[in-house]
Amino acid sequence: MSEFVIEVKGATKTYGKNTVLHGVDLQVRRGEFLTLLGPSGCGKTTILRLLAGFETPTSGQVILDGKDVSHDPPEERHVNTVFQSYALFPHMTVFDNVAFGPRIQGVNGADLEGRVMEALRTVKLDSFAQRRPDQLSGGQQQRVAIARALVNKPLVLLLDESLSALDYKLRKAMQIELKQLQRQLGITFVFVTHDQEEALSMSDRVVVMNTGTIQQIGTPREVYETPANLFVAKFVGEINLLEASVAAVHGDGRYTIDIHGRRFELGARRSFAAQQAVNVLVRPEDLRIWRAGEPRAEDVAQTIEATVEEVIYKGSTVDLMVRLATGEALSATQFFNEDDPVFGNLDYKRGERVEVDWVPGWEVILPHD
Amino acid sequence: MTRSRSNPFRRVATGSIFWWLFIFALIPNAMVVMVSFMPRGETEFVELGLTLESYGKLLDPLYLQVFWESFWLATLTTLLCLVIGYPFAYIIGRAPRHLRPLLVLLVIIPFWTSSLVRTYAMMILLGTQGVINTALIALGLITEPLELLFTPGAVVAGLVYTLLPFMVLPLYASIEKLDVRLIEAARDLGARKLTTFRKVIIPLTMPGIVAGCMLVFLPGLGMYYVSDILGGAKTTLIGNLIQRQFLSARDWPFGSALSVTLTLTMALMLWAYVVAARRAAQKVEA
Repeated sequence: MSEFVIEVKGATKTYGKNTVLHGVDLQVRRGEFLTLLGPSGCGKTTILRLLAGFETPTSGQVILDGKDVSHDPPEERHVNTVFQSYALFPHMTVFDNVAFGPRIQGVNGADLEGRVMEALRTVKLDSFAQRRPDQLSGGQQQRVAIARALVNKPLVLLLDESLSALDYKLRKAMQIELKQLQRQLGITFVFVTHDQEEALSMSDRVVVMNTGTIQQIGTPREVYETPANLFVAKFVGEINLLEASVAAVHGDGRYTIDIHGRRFELGARRSFAAQQAVNVLVRPEDLRIWRAGEPRAEDVAQTIEATVEEVIYKGSTVDLMVRLATGEALSATQFFNEDDPVFGNLDYKRGERVEVDWVPGWEVILPHD
Repeated sequence: MTRSRSNPFRRVATGSIFWWLFIFALIPNAMVVMVSFMPRGETEFVELGLTLESYGKLLDPLYLQVFWESFWLATLTTLLCLVIGYPFAYIIGRAPRHLRPLLVLLVIIPFWTSSLVRTYAMMILLGTQGVINTALIALGLITEPLELLFTPGAVVAGLVYTLLPFMVLPLYASIEKLDVRLIEAARDLGARKLTTFRKVIIPLTMPGIVAGCMLVFLPGLGMYYVSDILGGAKTTLIGNLIQRQFLSARDWPFGSALSVTLTLTMALMLWAYVVAARRAAQKVEA
């Protein structure tokens, strides 16, 4: 048995002249929670439909559990889908919806009853078995759709933007529940979303996509902290982008980087040439703001001057918008620190002159496109 | 409310519809019901009086036979329209969105010609020297012309041809509304195409099926000119029987009794459908 339950090899999908997927390679491990993340039209739903069998690849292969299923119809693949709109059968009760799959497999009588009720108990809806879908709330319909798919014990459960129709609070609750369900059942989940926060909080691995190609595959932490390119950096979370150039190369991944005339000694995983234009990327929560006369941390080597333009109180944090002399705007998230009378004081004024740097080593340097 | 009631356009529009229906539907129907209970006159068509004589005549085996045959032909017509119309409507309903209006238009175009003219056109097709026989003989498939015209088969063909759009349009309306994702969901859960059709597509388009069947079956009982033209004098629909009472037999009370019975039968069937639909809905809720 291979380590991978699904392998997509060089899958391309073309509609007329329009290519929506360009030779995608992807491996899904057994029992993992994999998320396909990207803006609309990036090809993530097309991949899901290739896995489910609603589309066939123009070229390339889809291998499910070691078998090439590229051209098998959906009913012959042992995967099940939770649709974005749930797609519950409106003319059937909740019980009959969940029983649809097992009945086709020839399960009936007490066996059927047992399996359906067990699936409904898993999603805590066993007391709703005789209701009709239109008598349920959105969240409940969502659970029925999950139960209807899980009752077939699929090799892989495919979820197509399954939470996006729910309101914020319910979505948060369902995220946790889905994650727990996946751990408890040990079924592989392939989840499609455009919500980066959802992707980071639920997944074992995230596949970031754009314009029909995979940009990066990695754990949520890898994708967030070491984005492979500017698209990933900008799409996954908020990020500040500083235009810079390489002033000197010291070897061993050490560089002197010139940012608006200030020289920073930085490290990078990639190699750059001297004089090369680069971008230095810093997450808002890694940006540090130094007020005039405020004691500074020992590791402050170099700073850039800026003016506070906007102060947004968010409860647990204060978000600042600062503008550099060159006109670039940066956002910085400052955390309250109750124990520190000086650092804890976040009553910034608009127009206040400050200096900016970041926690050393938390920046990402990428070539300029 | 007060403002809309005083709106002159609204008053004229609803008023004229009301009076139109009152004068041309309610009064004639009331007259038919009245006449059906009156005795036949010696000199006039009807005499004053009250009798159930006309309804008694309905029980005559001869007329029961006509009722039975007419129902059977209408049923056959309905089934044929359904079998022919469903794939038709399905193709239109699943065609690319921009093509659908054009395809619906093609279904409607025959309406622009009087159905009487179209029925006569059927004669040209079905006659002994008609297009079908001539073609079959020319191809050497038959030597003697087939007897197509003036048979019950010709009547059914004529009824199916005339009534098919009434089946296609309501079916199209319900198929177009059908959510493709439900079909995908069924396939995803392991249902083959035929199972998906039986367990998902048919139940969800049932309102269209019922509406189409009603719209075909009810006129199928009464389109007397189709059986006159294509069935010769041999095939008699309820519609023919009624027409004959008024025009040749001059038995207005019996013709009226036939009309009232037909109307009541139709009403009963509609009522049975409504009750069945409501019970089905309640059963699901219970």
